[in-house]
Amino acid sequence: MRWLNIIIGTAIAGVLAFFAAKEIINDPVYFLELFLGGLTRGSIYALIAVGYTMVYGIIELINFAHGEIYMIGSYTALIVASVLGLYGYNQVVIVILAFVFAIAYSCAYGFTVEKIAYLPLRNAPRLSALISAIGMSLFLQNYVMLAQTPEYLPFPELIPELAIWEPYAHIITAPEMIIIVTTVIVTALLGMLIKFTRMGKAMRASSQDKIMSALVGINVNKVVSTTFIVGSATAAIGGVLIASHVGQINFFIGFLAGIKAFVAAVLGGIGSIPGAVLGSLVLGWTESFFTGYFWSEYEDVCAFTFLVLILIFRPSGILGRKETKKV
Amino acid sequence: MITKNEIKQSFFLSIWTIILTFPLMVVKVNTIKNIVIFRWWNILYVAVGAFFASLAWNYFLRRKNEGKKTKDSIPVVHRLLQNHKFRLPFLATIGVIALIYPFVTPMYHTSIMISALVYVVLGLGLNIVVGLAGLLDLGYVFFYAIGAYAYALLNLHYGVSFWVVLPLSALLGALFGTLLGYPVLRLRGDYLAIVTLGFGEIIRIVLENWVDFSNGPRGIGNIPGPSSFGIELNQHQSVIYIYFIIITICLVTIFFVQRLENSRIGRAWIALRDDEIACQAMGIDKTKTKLTAFALGATWAGLAGVIFAAKTSYINPMSFTIWESITILCVVVIGGMGSAIGVIAGALVLILLPEYLRAVAEYRMLVFGALQVIVMVFKPEGLIEAVRKTYKYEKNKE
Repeated sequence: MRWLNIIIGTAIAGVLAFFAAKEIINDPVYFLELFLGGLTRGSIYALIAVGYTMVYGIIELINFAHGEIYMIGSYTALIVASVLGLYGYNQVVIVILAFVFAIAYSCAYGFTVEKIAYLPLRNAPRLSALISAIGMSLFLQNYVMLAQTPEYLPFPELIPELAIWEPYAHIITAPEMIIIVTTVIVTALLGMLIKFTRMGKAMRASSQDKIMSALVGINVNKVVSTTFIVGSATAAIGGVLIASHVGQINFFIGFLAGIKAFVAAVLGGIGSIPGAVLGSLVLGWTESFFTGYFWSEYEDVCAFTFLVLILIFRPSGILGRKETKKV
Repeated sequence: MITKNEIKQSFFLSIWTIILTFPLMVVKVNTIKNIVIFRWWNILYVAVGAFFASLAWNYFLRRKNEGKKTKDSIPVVHRLLQNHKFRLPFLATIGVIALIYPFVTPMYHTSIMISALVYVVLGLGLNIVVGLAGLLDLGYVFFYAIGAYAYALLNLHYGVSFWVVLPLSALLGALFGTLLGYPVLRLRGDYLAIVTLGFGEIIRIVLENWVDFSNGPRGIGNIPGPSSFGIELNQHQSVIYIYFIIITICLVTIFFVQRLENSRIGRAWIALRDDEIACQAMGIDKTKTKLTAFALGATWAGLAGVIFAAKTSYINPMSFTIWESITILCVVVIGGMGSAIGVIAGALVLILLPEYLRAVAEYRMLVFGALQVIVMVFKPEGLIEAVRKTYKYEKNKE
């Protein structure tokens, strides 16, 4: 069985490598464009996926509403930017305030959602918590749709084209570069938070054993809240960046982004932050090359098929540990 | 009853909610026309709503925590149904109402009732998967779409009649249920939810983009109603005809589901839902049992799909979105997971109410979402909970 896996794996890798080599020789610029496009896409997924993975690591629940938190983040940024723009504020002030408000509101929503929909179900069967999470996601989507509009709204370009970057803009645009750099910074900060701070230590402890951590004096509820807040903050950053990059938003964007980020988190091994980043990059590249070389209309099918394949052949993900179930 | 502290808490919560909802509820931007509208009145609604919602939330949460010990009572509906004096007249009344309903009401109402009954069938089918076997399937619409498109396409290309496709689509549903279930059923609950969600989206995207096969987003029109063995029917009569077909299918479904629930396999599902490891230790084949649940659940979706296509005579991929899956899930969850009566009641209430209350119909999904959370927090067993069959030792009267 193991040999079979290795043989199949090598065969697939060989075919892919051959294909890639052929394409690189044929049209290196197109390949590079797709590669960088995939990198940008992956960076955005990563910002959302780390939130998923952190929450999952601690309460072992898919936070279905995570995509909605991301969507609310970008809506808040849009609203703040439009209102300030109307009163004629400076572009830099607008960008900063839009980010600050988006992050603050996403955090507040993440915190509140946890208190309403997940906290009362901490000890309930898993199915109940999942259904409650789906209900919350449905509620938030429709709330934004009814309070705002079901139409697509154009999103202002918050990240400007930099003049210094002009010579390289045909390979990668400045906003794309900023997205990648932001992702690197944010994930590095997150890694440090978890590795070096007291709260990070508490998070790691709670994810291993909640009862034991409570016994040694960790306030588990507070840890869970903090996790939701941190996850929501990264989602908000991702939300503003991607909305500004794509140029339009709608109440439904959180759903697809959430699912894809989840795919990325599972791919990397859910519960692990480096795994989430790696998984996001792999997913970003896969989608980018798939749509670039095959059918662009089946972009989402590609992500879902990818998820199914991973879950069948390697359910613990690239960096995940194999878990054994104990009675 | 309600303490001073709770009022204070609710007050602060209401302020928190105002802050939380301010940008979305009060400000409305239109970036196309570059205008911003402020809707100050919304603050008042939000504040009052949040205040009372918080009071009620606290009150019910406290009551739920206190009342845990006195839980061991059978719900009223079940007690009534077990009472023989009540049972027969009750069922007879429902039967009579169902029989005369299409004749005394206008066609429009019959037509709405048909869609509600389609949801009854769908709900009962999903109930097998979610309620009995405890597998969260968010892509149930996949099988529904298979049934609908099977009828539409087979009829379009080969002129196959309704009565041939009906059993065929049930088989197709079961087949696809098995095919899809096989790889994913080894996964844990939450992964299963996401993967099935993925499948549900895949079928919609494929139906939208594979124009040669499914006619793409334009859909397929002119699907004939059920063939009536040579008798010509006008529009009203054909609606009544479909109504009785769906009533029959409902009855068959209810019968099958009831029998399944109390069968060996049904007990295995319930046991598997409650404790997987114990089940395996007792020698229940986990994969096979889950697979049967998946396949049997999918069967009813296939059937319902055919009825849906025959009734609307036009289908397109937009009828098979994720919302559809979630609506069916709501029917099951809010009605009562694992309880057939609950699911039937849930389907009728959740589908009929928004149809008649057109003014609030746009809030349907919002309310569904909120209800899911509320039901899970306060009454996870649903509105009409399932009752496990119990056997009592009765003394002889002599």
